[in-house]
Amino acid sequence: MELLAQQVLNGLVTGSVYSLVALGLTLIYGTMHVPNFAHGQLFMFGAYLSYALVMRSGLHYWAAMAIAVVTLAVAGAVLERVVFRPLRNAPHLNSMIAALGVMLFLEAVAQNIWGPEFRYMETPYGNVISFFGLPVAAHRVILLAAAAASMITLLLFLTRTTAGAAIRATAQDPEGALLVGIDTSRVAMITFAISAAMAAVAGVLIAPISLVYPAMGALVTLKAFVIVVLGGMGSVTGALIGGYLLALAESLGGTYVSATYQDLVAFVVLSLVFTFRPAGLFKASV
Amino acid sequence: MTLLETHRLRKSFGGLCAVDDVDLAVAAGSITGIIGPNGAGKTTLFNVISRALPASSGRIVFNGDDVTSLQAHQVARLGIARTFQATTLFGNATALDHVLVGYRQRTRAGLIDALLRSNRLTREEDEAHDAARDVLRIAGLSGHEARRAQDLTQEQQKRLAIAIALVAKPRLLLLDEPSAGINTDQTRGLITLIEQIAAAGVTILLIEHQMQVVMQLCRRIMVLDDGKKIAEGTPEEIRHDPAVLDAYLGRH
Amino acid sequence: MALLHPTAHTPRSGGPGLVPWAVLVAALILPLGLPNDYYLEILTQAYVFAISACGLNVILGLAGQLSLAHSGFFGIGAYAVALLATKAGVSFWLGLPAGIALCALSGYVIGSICLRSKGHYFAIFTMAVGIIIHLVIQKWESLTHGHIGVIGIPGPDPVGPISFDSTIARSYLALFFLALTAVAITRLVRSPVGRTLMAVRENDMLAEAVGVDVMAAKRTAFTISAALAGLAGGLFAGFIGFLGPESANVEMTFNMLLYVMVGGIGSLSGPIAGTFIVYGLSQVLAVVQQCQMVIFGLALVVLIRFMPAGLAGALRSLVRSRVARAQ
Repeated sequence: MELLAQQVLNGLVTGSVYSLVALGLTLIYGTMHVPNFAHGQLFMFGAYLSYALVMRSGLHYWAAMAIAVVTLAVAGAVLERVVFRPLRNAPHLNSMIAALGVMLFLEAVAQNIWGPEFRYMETPYGNVISFFGLPVAAHRVILLAAAAASMITLLLFLTRTTAGAAIRATAQDPEGALLVGIDTSRVAMITFAISAAMAAVAGVLIAPISLVYPAMGALVTLKAFVIVVLGGMGSVTGALIGGYLLALAESLGGTYVSATYQDLVAFVVLSLVFTFRPAGLFKASV
Repeated sequence: MTLLETHRLRKSFGGLCAVDDVDLAVAAGSITGIIGPNGAGKTTLFNVISRALPASSGRIVFNGDDVTSLQAHQVARLGIARTFQATTLFGNATALDHVLVGYRQRTRAGLIDALLRSNRLTREEDEAHDAARDVLRIAGLSGHEARRAQDLTQEQQKRLAIAIALVAKPRLLLLDEPSAGINTDQTRGLITLIEQIAAAGVTILLIEHQMQVVMQLCRRIMVLDDGKKIAEGTPEEIRHDPAVLDAYLGRH
Repeated sequence: MALLHPTAHTPRSGGPGLVPWAVLVAALILPLGLPNDYYLEILTQAYVFAISACGLNVILGLAGQLSLAHSGFFGIGAYAVALLATKAGVSFWLGLPAGIALCALSGYVIGSICLRSKGHYFAIFTMAVGIIIHLVIQKWESLTHGHIGVIGIPGPDPVGPISFDSTIARSYLALFFLALTAVAITRLVRSPVGRTLMAVRENDMLAEAVGVDVMAAKRTAFTISAALAGLAGGLFAGFIGFLGPESANVEMTFNMLLYVMVGGIGSLSGPIAGTFIVYGLSQVLAVVQQCQMVIFGLALVVLIRFMPAGLAGALRSLVRSRVARAQ
């Protein structure tokens, strides 16, 4: 019984990370219809930045988090402006290839700066506490709370602010949004910045738990795509629920079915879904 | 004989019914017009007949066969060809290339033939080129074969679209507003071309907005409004039909 | 993206022209002028990767579909040769066609399923498939030895008096297969089959309206590209002699993508030229080797932004503007 509870908790922890990343990806896809293959690298850079700030410069964890989030938000905006905006009117193929290029570039840069080794990052919450009767590293509980807080903030932003409404309008109908005077370029940039920030938060949160290494971004990107495609490109609820569902499936599948093929879960699920529903499960809606 | 029939054909998009229980009967060898106000569902009707879109309900019978659930390329091979309202082309391919693609359905050479440069391939390529040049000549585009389709004028592109549809020797040709965007002189040329095509035995179904084109060419006219057929008859009958006048001048 | 449309070529309209013959002659003489075996091996590898790049160009450049499963088929072809040889004693000359056939078959089946998805969905679906193939090869230890890989893969047996044990012989063998591939693709492009593929790429709605079975056309392209990847993989295994799961890594697809992009997507010679330039440079320039992927990634972005038609496209624009100025 305790094993099951632990696995469920693991699933929730990983799920929080997946959901945060998937939320960013789905927002970008919903508003700009670009599958941002480079998304996971922003997650990875968030982790590395916080690692460098905490382990090399001795900053406190939350300060590192703040700096990483802001930096990556800016980086996201720059990416949109410099890479994706000029390709807005080119064939979709071009944006996809550009995204792949950015992905390769960022992963290689990280590898060149920090090397390919797995890096360990400390957290001020390394002690073990009792969480609903389970012995759990405190950081995991903090992660759950911080992730939830970020998601709630995002949802409030999307539903209660004008900028958020603009993003939702653009996602639903880009031409209509233009017609009512929404500056879709600004929306694109803000969306990218927010997505990058979410990815950074996820990266900084997970860094002390799973080690930090250059390839961590690629795997997360792929899983995020699975989630976004299953939950509906542009659907916030889909990304949220999908992230937790996938993580739980992986966690429980890995424990009770086969540990070796755990990583395959996401891709097999995606393949099965696409086999029967070539256009994904849902129509997009933010 | 009736070449094309539809029985209670319906196409809905969510709550909107674009084609509403339309019954159609097109006689072989005829030129039939379809008119109606904007948004009446004329192009959608074409899309469903050519199977570019699936029907929501109803049946389509072509040459005696039920084609309601066939795919677009299958009905094209059975002999239904069409043009599109907005010019749609193959990137920067030449006019000749466009028509050659149209002829493809009449050839049998496949991948192996291509790799081995078989006799069948050579023979069919010659055949295809001859047929293509022929149809381009009929469409008045001789001399423009090697030009990129996108470099042609609007009117030439319309003629090219017709040529592409014609080269496979269809039995039924669906023309969607062929005279849109061209001037009166060119329209006369177009009318002549359509008459030539009909004279060669091709049955024509024509969506048009320009009344003189419709009245001149069509033996029978069908009027659609809001997805429904509101009138059908000879040009004379349609001209004086109060329901038709109402649709064009009344509510719209 | 300006892509190559060979204008109404009849299959009889002459041979490939002067340039390819010149290139072939140069390629035949080249190995004799190389200083040592190291360069010969790089040349051979380049030939093998060029075959794979040509394969990617068929589905990406001709049919216009971004398939990211390419590396998976390369891996299947490689492991087919490797496992048949080391576990069943099957000679290279039987293993290679077996690997190609396996790739063609799996390409047909996978293509039938994946190609029902379009655009982005297709790219993601094929990426997932590529990853699944990579992970399965990596984890199915009883079959593939997992991380350890396969060693002691015998090279091609002698054919008559010709032995393929030497590097130079293998180099010519790879060149032979590359030339075969180039001829095959040229014939494909200049045929109704190729014309249909490009029509599907440009406007599948119009293609369907004129009677083209769009799904079948895309599937044909996908199958061909899988078979070519399998050919390249098989040669790779036979020449290198040992094999690890990394040969099926998705990264291989991205390398191919860059080669094709540099040379020119959709062009006939582009993938080959692109492979030689990028792979060749990356092997020969030590500085490039170190931060290889940094440059590759950047190159991909810069190219797609400023030179989406690659070198072939740039060349074509140059020729066109010269011709226009001369008139």
